[in-house]
Amino acid sequence: MIQDVVSVRLPVGEDLIIQKNHIVGDCGEGPRICIITGTHGDELEGQYVAWKLGRYLKKRIHKLRGVVDIYPSLNSLGVSTIERGLPGFDLDMNRIFPGNTESSANEYIAKKIVEDISGADLAIDIHASNIFLKEIPQIRINEKTADKLVPMAVHLNMDLIWVHSAATVLESTLAWSLNSTGTPCLVVEMGVGMRLTKSYGDKLVAGILATMTHMGMLHEPLQPVYPPIISSDGFVGYVNANQSGIFMPEKEHGSQVEEGEILGYVADPLTGIIREELRSPITGLLFTLREYPVVYSGSLIARVLGGAEE
Amino acid sequence: MNKKVIYTFSALPYRQKIPVYGYYFGGKEKTVAVVGSMRGDEYQQMCVCAMLVKRLKALEEQCFIKADSGIVVIPSASQFSMNVGRRFFPVDNTDINRMFPGYNLGETTQRLADSIFSTVKDYQYGIQLASYYLCGDFVPHVRAIESGFQDHSVADDFGLSYMVVRQPQPIDTTTLNYNWQVFNTTAFSVYSGSTSLVDMNQANASVDAIIRFLIKRGVISEEAAVSDGVPTVHVGEGEMKKVQTQNAGLLHKMIKPGDRVNKGQVLGIIIDPYEAEVLEEILSPCDGVLFFSRTAEAIAQHELVFTVREE
Ligand SMILES: [Zn+2]
Repeated sequence: MIQDVVSVRLPVGEDLIIQKNHIVGDCGEGPRICIITGTHGDELEGQYVAWKLGRYLKKRIHKLRGVVDIYPSLNSLGVSTIERGLPGFDLDMNRIFPGNTESSANEYIAKKIVEDISGADLAIDIHASNIFLKEIPQIRINEKTADKLVPMAVHLNMDLIWVHSAATVLESTLAWSLNSTGTPCLVVEMGVGMRLTKSYGDKLVAGILATMTHMGMLHEPLQPVYPPIISSDGFVGYVNANQSGIFMPEKEHGSQVEEGEILGYVADPLTGIIREELRSPITGLLFTLREYPVVYSGSLIARVLGGAEE
Repeated sequence: MNKKVIYTFSALPYRQKIPVYGYYFGGKEKTVAVVGSMRGDEYQQMCVCAMLVKRLKALEEQCFIKADSGIVVIPSASQFSMNVGRRFFPVDNTDINRMFPGYNLGETTQRLADSIFSTVKDYQYGIQLASYYLCGDFVPHVRAIESGFQDHSVADDFGLSYMVVRQPQPIDTTTLNYNWQVFNTTAFSVYSGSTSLVDMNQANASVDAIIRFLIKRGVISEEAAVSDGVPTVHVGEGEMKKVQTQNAGLLHKMIKPGDRVNKGQVLGIIIDPYEAEVLEEILSPCDGVLFFSRTAEAIAQHELVFTVREE
């Protein structure tokens, strides 16, 4: 059943309505899981997951116990206009949570969304990096919540669980707002902005179904899911450009690279010269790679995962 | 005066290199640092700093800057954004004022923030010409984040009517004002009324406020000419009465920041964008002064449109 989460009148003749697909299983009361995406309007990988999961569950409603809420588009204005942030507001929606009812329409919407999701047994917030970087399917977990969340994340069929350090500014994300008030929320990052990567989406759908089976929500035999690599910041090597120009990659995203190996060049097409050679700082898995060619001094080019615990 | 390039940003092979300038006045001590526009729409903030540079140049020629005291002014870090009409940093759309204290090996705007912060930190006083995250006009005032690190009473030396103290939210911890305070600088933000429209009278008044502060803090001689200030009222941001829209449509505002208002007075109306029927009269919640007025021709429901300081 399609339900309205929050509605706000826009300036000219339209209501902005954030909706969810509220799926109630035939097998009685049970846990509630929320699948959330579209906070960043330019991240579309979650659209495939929402669509695919909704279709699958419709056919398996007789096998489902509990509730699945699918929120395909928290930032509907952004998704509909290819804008990452909140159109007309210019801010990143994932920096205004938990929201409030006394500042702006967007903060009001954020508050109502948090209220709607709160109390779920698990929330999965699906992101797709941005238009600049391509990511392998991974889950990002704040170290402060790792003890609770890592065990919930291992069935999601993602390649990597990255337990990262805490930053105060991240306390304004949806995931933090939920986790800090007792609703476990896992953040998925996969693929790249403005594109759909079907293979990644299929992997995540399988992982969500496996997780639901573990939660006792689906009475179905499990598809096999693979255990992820679990890593912390200490194993991640960063490559940033120090020159501005056009990035020309030399290595494939997701490949193994050696320390000192050339990952790509910052090129100057005006003069035909190479402005900078970019080399891997460590041996490991090239799990993040620059997708958008225009780079500036400082632009992130790659992240390499070294010697992690399997 | 000594003009130095504190950071150079290379905007591809196809554009000229973009500088961030620091203007140095007076002596060697790190006494006062002033930072202007960091967003591409902060024209007023840039203008105030440019006029301050001009004024300090003249004061230095008159030998009115105390020998030891040092002042640095960074008028703008948003040249790149301004030349392409963007509010935030082009390409990745990041806000430089959400990148402090910065990181010299990090992303582009982290590097930019690092270059600014390494220039302006360790100063005794920090002044930022700032704008609000919602577009709108203010009664000119001084503002600081409550970090627990500083004594706000120094703000009275600007001689502006109001000093607003904001309780920090997580998002505030990456602003220049907050990081200045963390690193022991007494930091204030000066709100010069407008942001995207240049108001020369307001800009002059803001420059006067900064000069008054510099005189009171013993950086500039008392012989320097400046207009008189007024007593400062300290207000918590949370004490301001917020006025929100119940409806959506075209917005017509009837008063401007600084105007006195009475409880129940119509501050503005929202009219139907197709049929011009009045959908809402926006009323003042109390007697007082209109403090903030949102810049918008059309507005959604649940938006903050005015704040009123009860008096
Ligand atoms: Zn995202």
